Amino acid sequence: MVTGGGPALRTVSTGDRDDAARAARGDVRAFERLYRAHLPKIHGLVCRMTGGVDADDLTQDVFVRAWTKLASFRGDAAFGTWLHRLAVNVVVERFRTTAARRRRLEQVEPFPADLSVPAGRPETRLDFEAALLRLPPGAREVFVLHDVEGYKHGEIGELLQVSVGTSKAQLHRARMILRRHLDARRHTQG
Amino acid sequence: MDDHWTARLSEYLDDELAPGERPEAEAHLAACAACRETLDELRRVVARAHALADAGPDADLWPGVAARLAPAPTRASVWHRRVTFTLPQAMAAGLALVLLSAASVWFARVERRPPVAAPAAVPAAPAVSRANFADESYDRAVSDLERALTDGRDRLDPQTYGVIERNLKTIDRAITEARQALEADPGNVYLNNHLASARKKKLMLLRSATALAHSEG
Repeated sequence: MVTGGGPALRTVSTGDRDDAARAARGDVRAFERLYRAHLPKIHGLVCRMTGGVDADDLTQDVFVRAWTKLASFRGDAAFGTWLHRLAVNVVVERFRTTAARRRRLEQVEPFPADLSVPAGRPETRLDFEAALLRLPPGAREVFVLHDVEGYKHGEIGELLQVSVGTSKAQLHRARMILRRHLDARRHTQG
Repeated sequence: MDDHWTARLSEYLDDELAPGERPEAEAHLAACAACRETLDELRRVVARAHALADAGPDADLWPGVAARLAPAPTRASVWHRRVTFTLPQAMAAGLALVLLSAASVWFARVERRPPVAAPAAVPAAPAVSRANFADESYDRAVSDLERALTDGRDRLDPQTYGVIERNLKTIDRAITEARQALEADPGNVYLNNHLASARKKKLMLLRSATALAHSEG
């Protein structure tokens, strides 16, 4: 059982808990407050995990799934942590079967040709974000879960149903690709 | 640069090397400028990842979410206990209803068949009122509810709607069979009760499904 979530999600919000309890009793306004509070984080997670493909649709799916599962939220963890875990599961379920995902995560894919931004233009946060979205899917998923969201390799292995070794290898691969992106920027600007 | 240690720099960075490996890695890093540089770059990548901000989508997704929130959780759990089945359960329930319907019709026909040995001893069938097949208020109610259910279909979970649709078809088959049997035996009490019961079930299922589809928590 994976209990983790991003470090930023580990704080317990009493307001969230109250709204979750109200929403579980059918209060749509309370659920909308939860939606608005957590939308940026969940959409960011979904977008990065999927490389931006169908991110809006999947984000809606996450909140609809959350609504139907509210009765199972017991309040012993932060609502954000619970929602975050649910979002990861929705993304993982949506795109591929377990076997296909494992094959894709374990296969060695060629590095993307170039993740750098055009020469002469300073890099922005969006450039790094764009480079992240262009990572090979397996490396991207592990990188997002580990370096952006704060999951441990054991948790990632359980979520994506791969070994800890595979998770570590994919993380290093993603970092090395992104390092080349930063390196290219430095040399371009230098 | 040592390929072995280059491949393990992320583990070093994350403090995930085995206790005995860390001094070895540090000894290598002290002697290898390329690996030190790579390590610094990996640190910058991790720092960038931690600093990413979440801007949210360009458009408000709430209307699309709200439109799909028809069954409130608490009520949904009650509803699921009553209406939503797993596929095998739904198939079993449908089959059971069909078999029950067929058996009821068969039983009613057998019950009405005069005994061969003593035809004179068969009591006359009790006078019953035939079900009113042309009940306009019933037909109008069913028609209105079917239309309302179709209108609210998008608010229902597709699996739930599928079960509702299959159960309605099963009930419709039961109604059709009862009507056909009554054509041959209009005074049969059992068949008339069976038909009335099936029609009542259809109305109740439609009312529940429509209320669910149009409920707004």
